[in-house]
Amino acid sequence: MTIPKTLIGIADVYKFIVRFFRSALVPPYEWREIGNQCYAQGNQSLFLITFTSFLAGVVFTKQSQPSLASFGAESWLPSLVSQAVVRSLGPLITGLICAGKLGSNMGAELGSMQVTEQIDAMEVSGTRPFSYLVVTRIVSATLMLPILVIYADCVALLGSFVMVNAFNDSSFLLFFNEVAERITYLDVFGSLIKSAFFGLAIGTISTYAGYHSDKGTTGVGKAANTAVVISMISVFIIDLLTLQVLNFFR
Amino acid sequence: MNNLAPSSEVLAGAPTKVVEIIDLEKRFGDRVILNRVSLDLYEKENLVVLGRSGSGKSVLIKCMVGLLKADGGSINVLGYQVPLLSVHELNELRLQVGFSFQGSALYDSMTIRQNLEFPLKRNLRIFDQEVLNEKVMQALKDVGLENTVDMNPDELSGGMKKRIGIARTLILKPKIMLYDEPTSGLDPVTASEINELILQVRDTYHTASIIITHDISCARQVSDRMVALIRGESKLQGTFDELRGRNDEDLKHFFNY
Repeated sequence: MTIPKTLIGIADVYKFIVRFFRSALVPPYEWREIGNQCYAQGNQSLFLITFTSFLAGVVFTKQSQPSLASFGAESWLPSLVSQAVVRSLGPLITGLICAGKLGSNMGAELGSMQVTEQIDAMEVSGTRPFSYLVVTRIVSATLMLPILVIYADCVALLGSFVMVNAFNDSSFLLFFNEVAERITYLDVFGSLIKSAFFGLAIGTISTYAGYHSDKGTTGVGKAANTAVVISMISVFIIDLLTLQVLNFFR
Repeated sequence: MNNLAPSSEVLAGAPTKVVEIIDLEKRFGDRVILNRVSLDLYEKENLVVLGRSGSGKSVLIKCMVGLLKADGGSINVLGYQVPLLSVHELNELRLQVGFSFQGSALYDSMTIRQNLEFPLKRNLRIFDQEVLNEKVMQALKDVGLENTVDMNPDELSGGMKKRIGIARTLILKPKIMLYDEPTSGLDPVTASEINELILQVRDTYHTASIIITHDISCARQVSDRMVALIRGESKLQGTFDELRGRNDEDLKHFFNY
C-alpha cells in the first residue's frame, strides 16, 4: 500500500468514526434494532464464552496449584485466580471470542449486503442504512461486551472452583468468600470499561470492513478476514493501554 | 439548494420536465465514465438509455440519486439540484424516486412482507399492522405476486425477485422510477412480462421512468423516447424508430443492420 493510499484509508476511518458518533447521538434512535442486535450478539457468543471461560478457569487453577503448593501457599489459590480472571483472563477471552465470532459475522454480513447492493437499496429508499446497520451493531457490541465479561468471569471462577474442589474439599461459600475479598471495585470497573472499549473497537472495525468491502465475492471474504484480524489486534492493544491507565490508580 | 418554483414550461401547459441533466461528468481515477452527458425526462414518459456494458449507464442513474457524486455538470431531479443537496434534502428526494436494481437487491435476512414494510416503517413511520398489510398486499397485487408475501427472497426466481424489487419501490408511490437493466439475466418470456410491468407501472402510478438497458427488445417494448449512451457520451436521442432509421455505426449491433 502506498503512502497516499494509507492516508486516504486513515481519513476514511476517521470520517466513519465521526459519522458513527454523529448518527448515534442524534435522534431518531434505533432502540428496537439495538435490542435485536444485543440479543443476537449475546446469543451468538454465549456458548463459546461459556466453554472457553470454564476451561480457562480449570486450566489456570490446575497450572497455578503446584507452584503455590511448593511455597505452602495453596490457600491463596482463590485469590490468585480471582484477580487473574477479573483483571485479565475474563475480558481477554471474551474480547478474543467476540472479535472472532462477532467480527466475522458483522464483516461478512455487511460485506455481502454491500456486494448485492442491499445497502445501496436502503440508501436510495432514504432508510438511513448507516444508523440501522452500523450504529446499532457498534452500540450493541459496546453494551454487550461488559455483560458477557461479567458472565465469563463467573463461569471461569466456577471452573476454578471445580478444580480447587478436586484438589481439596473446599466449600462453595468459602471459595467465593476468598474470591470476593481480593477483588476491588477498581478491578471490576476497570475490567468493565476495558471490555466496553473492546466492544466499541470490534464493532467499529468490523462494520467498517463490511460497509466498505470491495465488490465481488472475494470482497466479502476479505471484509470478514480484516474484521477478525484487526479486531483481535485491537483487543490486545486496548488491553495494554487500559492496563497502563489503571496502574496509575492502583 | 432547492428550486421548487414551477418552470415556464409548466405554466405554458407543455409537458413537465422532471429530470434535467446537463453536461454531467463522472470519472473513476483517470478513467472518464460519463463525458458531458445531457438528457431530459418528462412526466409520464418512459426514457430508455441504451448502451453497451461499461458505457456508464448505471453510473448515470446512481449520480441521479446521489449514490455517486458527479464530478461536473448539473443534475436537476424534481426541482432538486442533486449535487448540492444536504443529506436531509437528499433523503427527501429519494422518497420520490424509486430505484429498481439489476440484481433486485432484496434484503435477504427479511421475508417479502418485511422487505416491503421496511421503507414504510422507516420513512413514513407507519406501524399500524392493518395499514401495513393493506399497503403491502396492494403493492404485491400490482406486480402480481400476492402469494409470495411470507416467502423468503431465496425461494423466488429471478423474475419474481425483480417484480418484488419493483413492488418495494412502488410502495412509497414514487414520481420517478429508475430501472437498472430490468431484463438482464431473464428468459425472453419473463423479460417480456417485466417490460409489460414497466408499462403498467407508468399507467397505474403515473411515473416517469428511466430504463437502463442493452436489451433492444426491452427498449422497443417500453420506450417512448431513447438516448444512446456511447463511450460515456449521450450521442443520439429520439424514438425507437428514429434511432433505428439513422443507421448509426455505433448502434448497428443493437439494431442488427
